[in-house]
Amino acid sequence: MRILIVEDDKEAASYLAKALREAGHVVDHAADGETGYDLAASAPYDVLVVDRMLPRRDGLSLISGLRADGNHTPVLVLSALGQVDDRVTGLRAGGDDYLPKPYAFSELLARVEALGRRPRQQEVETSYTVGDLTLDRLSHTVTRSGQDIPLQPREFRLLEYLMQHAGQVVTRTMLLEHVWEYHFDPQTNVIDVHISRLRAKIDKDFDRPLLHTVRGAGYTIRDSGRAGA
Amino acid sequence: MSEPTTTGRLFRTTAIKLALIYLAALTLASGAVLVYLSQNTATVLRDQVVDTVDAEISGLADQYRIGGIRALVAAVDARSRRPGASLYLVTDFAANQLVGNIEQLDDRVLAGESGELQRVMYTPIGGGARREALVRVFQLSGGFRLLVGRDLQEQQYFRSLLAEAMRFWLFVLAALGLITWVFVSRRVLKRIDAMTATSRRIMSGDLTERLPVEGSGDEFDRLAIGLNAMLTRIEVLMQGLKDVSDNIAHDLKTPLTRMRNRLEEALRGDLAGDSKARAVLETTIEDCDALIRTFNALLRIARVEAGSSDASFGDIDVSALVREVGELYAPVAEDDGGGMELRVADGLTVTGNRELLVQALINLVENALKYARQEAGEGARVELEARMEGGDVLLGVRDHGPGIADADKERVLHRFVRLEASRSAPGSGLGLSLVAAVARLHHGRLELADAEPGLAARLWLPAAGRDGEGRPAGGD
Repeated sequence: MRILIVEDDKEAASYLAKALREAGHVVDHAADGETGYDLAASAPYDVLVVDRMLPRRDGLSLISGLRADGNHTPVLVLSALGQVDDRVTGLRAGGDDYLPKPYAFSELLARVEALGRRPRQQEVETSYTVGDLTLDRLSHTVTRSGQDIPLQPREFRLLEYLMQHAGQVVTRTMLLEHVWEYHFDPQTNVIDVHISRLRAKIDKDFDRPLLHTVRGAGYTIRDSGRAGA
Repeated sequence: MSEPTTTGRLFRTTAIKLALIYLAALTLASGAVLVYLSQNTATVLRDQVVDTVDAEISGLADQYRIGGIRALVAAVDARSRRPGASLYLVTDFAANQLVGNIEQLDDRVLAGESGELQRVMYTPIGGGARREALVRVFQLSGGFRLLVGRDLQEQQYFRSLLAEAMRFWLFVLAALGLITWVFVSRRVLKRIDAMTATSRRIMSGDLTERLPVEGSGDEFDRLAIGLNAMLTRIEVLMQGLKDVSDNIAHDLKTPLTRMRNRLEEALRGDLAGDSKARAVLETTIEDCDALIRTFNALLRIARVEAGSSDASFGDIDVSALVREVGELYAPVAEDDGGGMELRVADGLTVTGNRELLVQALINLVENALKYARQEAGEGARVELEARMEGGDVLLGVRDHGPGIADADKERVLHRFVRLEASRSAPGSGLGLSLVAAVARLHHGRLELADAEPGLAARLWLPAAGRDGEGRPAGGD
């Protein structure tokens, strides 16, 4: 993916660029809002990573400027202000995701990749398939090897989100945000418990596990026959 | 709780006391003025009467000196026929009336000392009621007597006029006092009410609000200006505090981010092969994250306490919220060998911030799971309930753990307070502080009670739709 980082903190930016390049992405960097806006407007990027507080042009104004131009490149907003209302204003300005600083790189990477591969408007699939596991969004059914797997509504949403991002790492906070719509740091292993319940239903009676734990990052669903991230 | 009626409040105002005192003082003063006035007027009138009488007498005396009794009688006769004439009477030695306009008079009057001023009752010629008059009697040679006087009816009429005016004046005073009282106290009440409403809004966190100043420079304006100056000062201080915490957040989070980044980089790099180094790096990252979490929690509490989330308030379906949290955490309790029981009434709604309420409830649930497990040695049994009680929505989280001693119940709500028993468990000591702050922001309260055994944490929130204490009506 081609990623533009707009961040004034040089060290943070170079670290981020380096780490993203290591993860196989092409990275450009702008140190202020005005340059960031010019770059984003002139070249096609898959994802923009924009710091909220920038010299010359504030991050939120950069985003709303791009949106006003009809540019819908997904934007991940970074900010040292991690408060409830800050996230809301960040998303309202046209940001697609919001990550408070300091963040774990694994969290940022997972979110950037989720944003970059996000289906464009309208083309939402009606069913997902990973290996022999199929989730039908219309009939709300899950089958594996032709066998029906009954799931609770929340388990269905959990699996749906994982399969929507099949092959990508999904972090615990991402799951909490998208499946439960909660924005907080859980102090307990609450997500792991739900994952292990889901795993018991979709993986336990089958020889090949599909739902994998990615150490220090989160979870991913993929057919283990294929090479993963 | 019930607001007194407007009339009730009108009667309890300082204005009515002031109005009454004012009225009494004014009545007294005007009474004194009137008495002084009427007395003075009486004196003036009397002097006037005396002067008139004396002038008449000197005129008649001239007549008598020149023309004797005959001329006197003729002059008196002529004068007593004039309209508005004074009183005259001339008698001979046998007290027979020779001429005059007095029908009847007390005999003793004529026997009085010559030249003495007397107040007498007489009957005017042609009969009628007895009237009062001021007269002088002179003994003339030959046993004749001359009486000259002035009727006092006019004076009495004037006096009754004054009394009438006084009564009217008192009535006007009372009416004016009443009207003033009603107007003043209504005006005062209105301004006081406006001030009270504003101060409530300020208390609920909107420090930019100011008390209304009308610009008339009256005592209320001066009070408002003074209080506004104080509020500005407080706002500056609060802003300073907020800036400091924001700056701390920013300035400490930046190096923390870098630190975490370098650790992550190291973890991905060459050191990753060394399992010892890897373990050190991983625990350092964990500590780093704990530090960051503490910062975030502190900042969040500060924001909540400053009341800055008020703008994001909406109607929240608490029943659904509690069920969702229960659903999220029930598996955690079960996997741990405990369990979670939900008793949630339908249709509970509060006005608030969903995220903060979720966070508060989750803090309570996580506390229950964490601390009740520790002691019992097995999983925690947690009961989560939501219902109406006494017009408020009650969210209760009850566990069967060791509970909290009465002496510590107040203390654990303070920041960074961790009880000895829980020191070994992970945590920052900020969880309950945040819950208490969220409760305050929602005009509710947090209560820690004994469930015997266990702790019953109860979060009381005013139900939506009810105009809760302190929340201005009509606010969004």
